[in-house]
Amino acid sequence: MRNIAGGVLRWLPLLLLAAAWEAAPRLGLVSPSLLPPFSRALAAFWQLARDGDLFLNAAQSLWRLAAGLALAVVGGIGLGALMAWYRPVDIVAAPLVRSLYPMPKSALIPVLLLWFGLGDASKIALIFLGCLLPVLMSTYNGVRGVEITLIWSARSLGRSPLAVLFGIALPAAMPDILAGLRTALALSFVLLVSSEFLMAKDGLGYLISFLGDGGAYPAMFATVLAVALLGFAADRAFLLLTRRMLAWRG
Amino acid sequence: MSGAAQIVFEGVGHSYVPPRGRRVQALLDISLQIAHGEFMALLGPSGCGKSTLLYLLGGFVRLTQGAILVDGRPVSGPGPDRGVVFQSFALFPWKTVRQNIRYGLERLGLPRAEQEERAQHFIDMVHLTGFENSYPSQLSGGMRQRVAIARTLAVRPAILLMDEPFGALDAQTREIMHEELLAIMRAQRMTTLFVTHDVREAVYLADRVAVMSARPGRIKEVVPIALGERTGPEVMKSPAFADYVEQLWNLVKTEAAQAVAGSR
Ligand SMILES: Nc1ncnc2c1ncn2[C@@H]1O[C@H](COP(=O)(O)OP(=O)(O)OP(=O)(O)O)[C@@H](O)[C@H]1O
Ligand SMILES: [Mg+2]
Repeated sequence: MRNIAGGVLRWLPLLLLAAAWEAAPRLGLVSPSLLPPFSRALAAFWQLARDGDLFLNAAQSLWRLAAGLALAVVGGIGLGALMAWYRPVDIVAAPLVRSLYPMPKSALIPVLLLWFGLGDASKIALIFLGCLLPVLMSTYNGVRGVEITLIWSARSLGRSPLAVLFGIALPAAMPDILAGLRTALALSFVLLVSSEFLMAKDGLGYLISFLGDGGAYPAMFATVLAVALLGFAADRAFLLLTRRMLAWRG
Repeated sequence: MSGAAQIVFEGVGHSYVPPRGRRVQALLDISLQIAHGEFMALLGPSGCGKSTLLYLLGGFVRLTQGAILVDGRPVSGPGPDRGVVFQSFALFPWKTVRQNIRYGLERLGLPRAEQEERAQHFIDMVHLTGFENSYPSQLSGGMRQRVAIARTLAVRPAILLMDEPFGALDAQTREIMHEELLAIMRAQRMTTLFVTHDVREAVYLADRVAVMSARPGRIKEVVPIALGERTGPEVMKSPAFADYVEQLWNLVKTEAAQAVAGSR
């Protein structure tokens, strides 16, 4: 009983938002051409889903997202860990990382378009570049922050420095690394959609701008909704994974 | 105290040079020998460099002044011949009790079944049977320190380094741990360096107690403890025990007063 009440309460703000979305254009508070009622967006959603447009473009976008993120995760954790572990690597890489970190990666969109064209590579490269540093920084800080006695204990149990990095330091830094990954996940959606607005022939971002340019506003809102849903689902899934991986925290 | 020294400190000093702030001479000209199988307690006021000396012997902090020899060879980094137990337990929190203890065994090249057997032996020895699959966060402080001790002993180090291992435990648990440690020592004699600032603990456990001076830490005096075979906590009620405690307490007290004055 309490669970049901809790569930309703949790979803109530979203339901209210949907109701407001529906009511505002119908009551004439906003022009329906600027904001079609929620029900019309839903109908357009259904239509797009039936035509297959939604899935084809979503699949294309998700592939770019996954490829870019995977590269950023591997590269960011790897480089961040090596920087935290080996001083020479740190000395060489730190100035680079520090100067690139505050740079808005979306500024690279024209450059990447020039280098990689309209295909998948330019989007994957942007997501990789944008997500690399958040992952790298959280890994670096996480490994640096590992309690030194954990590392000493492992060393005096006969393990080599490299084995301790992978077997002890990285798992111990996992809470920090996962927090960085969550930031990267959210950022990857931003970079994906905005790059697809500007340089793509398919994908959800492309679909949004295509539908908007063609005046198909209910369908455009439907696609925006799809992006929001995907982002939400990805974040939820990630939180579940985090809770699993950190179950030992008790 | 029998046989040749297993551990030799010779003119060991250490200064910390923090990136900012001033250089701290933590240790100065420490010379000390610990015999095979001897239990040496290291006693001294806070900040006198007890931990630093233990870290140097452990190979965790690089030696820059003097020499440290183990079995005649200079220390050049951490190794499984010198097991450590820290006050903060230093358990791997994402590993269960069994996984923590197996971590050191995995690289010994033992067959899997033998690893399991040995892990179980040490789990039983520290009375954690039934908690094999618990995570450290689910255990009490005393249980956590038992896991740490079992993890260290399971690789059978010749030398045991303990840095205030019972400092974070309540008085009752500490007493129980004393008995367990003595029982372990009776079964498996190890050369031990035991850092503490609990005078009674030092007298109760050690063969000899080295008292350090306030910073920069030097060895002020080494007191052999002759209480005979320790059969239980009754020893603590004997006049001889009280005499040792008073003698050591007086040595430490003057240093502690200096340490406080020096830090002002
Ligand atoms: N990483 C460090 N950087 C700078 N100074 C340090 C560092 N570690 C220890 N010191 C200084 O060296 C001195 C000795 O420290 P150490 O931890 O060895 O003392 P201790 O005898 O173990 O003290 P306690 O009984 O409080 O544990 C202290 O004055 C401390 O301030
Ligand atoms: Mg200390």
